[in-house]
Amino acid sequence: MTTRLIGAPVARREDARLLTGRARFIDDIALPGMLHAAVLRSPHAKARFTRVDAGAALALPGVHAVLTHEDLGPANAPMPLLNDNPGFIHPRMHRALAPGQVRFVGEAVALVVADSRYLAEDALDLIEVDYAPETPAVDLVAAAEEGAPLVHDDTDSNVACRTVDASGDIERAFAEADFVLREELRPERGAAQPMEARGVVARYDQSLASLTVWDTTQAPVSARGVIADKLGMPEAALTVIAPDVGGGFGVKIMLVYAEEVLVPFAARLLGRPVKWIEDRREHFVGSNHERLMVHRIEVAATGDGRILGIRDRFLYDSGAYCPYGPINAECAQAILPGPYMIPAVHSEFLAVYTNTPIVSPYRGAGQPHGNFVTEMAMNHVARALGLDAAEIRRRNLVRPEDCPWDTERIFQGNTPFIHRDSDYPAQLETALEALDYAGVRRGQPAEREQGIHRGAGLAFFVEGTGIPPYEGVEVRVEPTGHVHVATGYPSQGQGHHTTLAQIVAETLGVAPEMVVVESGRSDRFAWGVGTFASRAAVVGGNAALGAANAVRARALELASEELEAAAEDLEMANGAVHVKGAPQMAVTLAALAQAANPINTLAAGSEPGLRAADYFRSSDVAIASGVHGAVVVVDAATGMVEIERYVVVHDCGVMINPTIVDGQILGGTAQGIGGAFYEKLRFDEAGQPLVTTFMDYLIPTAMEIPPIEIHHMESRCSLNPLGVKGVGEGGVIPAAAAFCGAVEDALAPFGARVRAHPLDPPAILAMIEGRTAP
Amino acid sequence: MKPPPFAYECPTEVADAVALLAAHGADARPLAGGQSLVPLLNFRLVRPAVLVDLNRIAALAHVAVEDGTLRIGAMARQAAVEAAPAVARGWPILTEAVGHIAHPQIRNRGTVGGSLAHNDPAAELPAVMLALDAEMTARGPAGTRAIAAPDFFTDTMETALDADELLTGIAVPALPEGTGWSFREAARRQGDFALVAVCVLLRPASGGGLNARVVVTGTGNGPVRVPAAEAILAARGAAGDACEAAGAAAAEAVEPMDDPHAPAWYRRRLVAALTARASMEAATGMEA
Repeated sequence: MTTRLIGAPVARREDARLLTGRARFIDDIALPGMLHAAVLRSPHAKARFTRVDAGAALALPGVHAVLTHEDLGPANAPMPLLNDNPGFIHPRMHRALAPGQVRFVGEAVALVVADSRYLAEDALDLIEVDYAPETPAVDLVAAAEEGAPLVHDDTDSNVACRTVDASGDIERAFAEADFVLREELRPERGAAQPMEARGVVARYDQSLASLTVWDTTQAPVSARGVIADKLGMPEAALTVIAPDVGGGFGVKIMLVYAEEVLVPFAARLLGRPVKWIEDRREHFVGSNHERLMVHRIEVAATGDGRILGIRDRFLYDSGAYCPYGPINAECAQAILPGPYMIPAVHSEFLAVYTNTPIVSPYRGAGQPHGNFVTEMAMNHVARALGLDAAEIRRRNLVRPEDCPWDTERIFQGNTPFIHRDSDYPAQLETALEALDYAGVRRGQPAEREQGIHRGAGLAFFVEGTGIPPYEGVEVRVEPTGHVHVATGYPSQGQGHHTTLAQIVAETLGVAPEMVVVESGRSDRFAWGVGTFASRAAVVGGNAALGAANAVRARALELASEELEAAAEDLEMANGAVHVKGAPQMAVTLAALAQAANPINTLAAGSEPGLRAADYFRSSDVAIASGVHGAVVVVDAATGMVEIERYVVVHDCGVMINPTIVDGQILGGTAQGIGGAFYEKLRFDEAGQPLVTTFMDYLIPTAMEIPPIEIHHMESRCSLNPLGVKGVGEGGVIPAAAAFCGAVEDALAPFGARVRAHPLDPPAILAMIEGRTAP
Repeated sequence: MKPPPFAYECPTEVADAVALLAAHGADARPLAGGQSLVPLLNFRLVRPAVLVDLNRIAALAHVAVEDGTLRIGAMARQAAVEAAPAVARGWPILTEAVGHIAHPQIRNRGTVGGSLAHNDPAAELPAVMLALDAEMTARGPAGTRAIAAPDFFTDTMETALDADELLTGIAVPALPEGTGWSFREAARRQGDFALVAVCVLLRPASGGGLNARVVVTGTGNGPVRVPAAEAILAARGAAGDACEAAGAAAAEAVEPMDDPHAPAWYRRRLVAALTARASMEAATGMEA
């Protein structure tokens, strides 16, 4: 009998280390003779300079080097474009150090290396740069207009990319409409803000001419390629290791940030290990942002609330460069119809350069934006037609009997977006019941008489997960009986080691404690893409299953000879292969691994050892889905909101580990509520960031996040052997729409319409008082 | 975010600390709990040549009641005040207000004197000390002087302390029997500085009517008394419509500014709502 581990709430093997201070994060790495780096960052949103005078800085005792763009040579070539798009007009990538022109406050201008970080920062104060400031383009809408100041002087407009994604007959949809909603919707600018900011440590081995780089990256194998290219080194001489990483959320995948080139460059130049740790103030300007889009939509509907078509034209703030490509905008486009059967969708985006920090994906990668647009539009169409917000959703959902339903939309990774393996109507009814939606509705008239403003909000989500390209996993049984599992994609706290061990242990019939997992080291497993887009469980998990199955088959083959029994009469349990019904007739995996050691035997043409690697490449998006429901009470005198209930109905297919699934949902929802009600980055007209501390960037704490009730629906995914869909982003995607919808519902008597988030209490009070939003 | 170089002194006696401040003048800064000063140092927004650490001065750490007066050493931790049963019995509005300061970790380090001397314009302690008629004791080279709360808080992050003077203690007089109180704060998150906070103290006056004290903070340069609101409550009592009127008067009296957290008009709304609610709550706590 094989013990079922897939699906069991196995305790996370990572937690004892992480929770007792035994983890090794980037700043815990200390090497003999290590120097410390600090980055001189541009104080201007746009300026030219001709001279960086580091004389006084270099004269400071303890300062070893000040690097400017002139010192870097070919290492300062533009960074690669990670995701191309056919609509690109002006792709412009950043460089490690700005070569004479800066385009956002925070852009790296020089690197100081000194005996300590204190000294390095003292030296920063002494560097003189002859900046000549120029007028920046800061506001997204203004930057998109003709005649706006140009972010890149060699272009004729700030439009980096213009892409249309169309499905169905949009003209017909509007011709047949009884009602058309026109609206502007605006998710504001935010950022992921992981608990640990970024960092890089590099050590150059002069004897071997090799570099080891510890990097808080979500993509160490991919980063190795870029760093090797920039430094003119063979990949073989470069090892990139992602140590314990304190949260990623997308911001730690950017191939690559300036420091990922600068720190290894400095370590090689100086022959000493160099450490750079990003502090929080730097993170606010030196790491990427997300969110800001301005959508202008038209929704065509019939009188009974059937949505016939959506026409969407939106601006996407790319920041000063676009090394990641306009993935956020692409995902927002793809996700626009949500779980609804909308016959025609026409979406066009302009990705626009502004003199602000670079924008790249943050948990959800544009899906929260598209979701906010569609879900708020659903509410507003319902309001206009006198329908309930639940009823209009019910009337438009793709039903199981419609599936597979091809939306004709293309998701990230150039994959089709086809609904299957979900029951959206059942999700809705589950959410309504869990929320006591009918009870809230019944209570509202009397409560409103008493001045109590309670409201309920609903928001569906569909989440594209498990996207291409691929991941690989190697499984190897040691002669000790331990099973070594290695993969290239790293963890930032998700619990991959626990789930990979569950998959491999169940397949091989060993105790999970016998499985040793390593990830995120390019010297342990040299193939891989990275951890992003809710893909680790789908792509990596199925690769692990494939590799474990191959090892299982090999073990059965070897045991068949050893036990003189047919392979089909054997089973694996307790770390051994035994004859079915005769557990005493057994051979341990350890013994089989020893037997497979080529020191003992190696048949011609066979592979040595009890090991296998497998790779999984998905062809299709695994769509996770669900509904969020919120009940809120608004204080009409202060605009403050209390979230009384928060319900998540969720379907991520087979759950490898329900505890980990719950953790992903809880954390994602908390981040979603942050974006809905608290977190906003602001700039003044000169492009100066006004929010660079956690006193101003209001991340909600455990005190602000209400209890979140999770209802799982587990519809097996038909696209992969494990039957899993990803789970990383479904928490965050619909949270803004659920929250804002609930506030709108509470304030229905005031005719409130939410068109931007984060909502904040002044904005809510403005809706109550009929003011123009502040 | 590392501070520029500074010299560090760590006296154990008040006299030594005062002497060090006198010797270094404006180049020196006293270090109390460090919850505001250390971030300012790390941001390089202040660059003192000398830090005079007060944390080893045992004589400044007391929280005690003497002859009905609450005496708090400047270096008493906020958490110590919050946890003191005598404070909760005699000055419950102070216990309540301290609970709104940041988070337990910060209150464990943060000191009462540090908060008052820093005088952040939205901090809780200056407001409640103004409401309670507290008296600050300052010691400088010339000796010791007492400064009444209205004279102590002079402007945003400024106090009546001279550069070579040290705040050593705070004396809070007893609250008269029967005083009803309320402390109301609006903040975006638990533990944030107040968008607006309101202290109301009410007790029946001998000739009828009420003695009322209304202090508002978060609307400008720090805590302010609002005589217009006090007059309404004194004359009309604390029935619902009088409380609303007091709130409206308070909103009229304050002069908030637009800032990234809230526009001025919004802060006025908060002043009105919180003053009305605090007045009603204080009234329910009054005893004849």
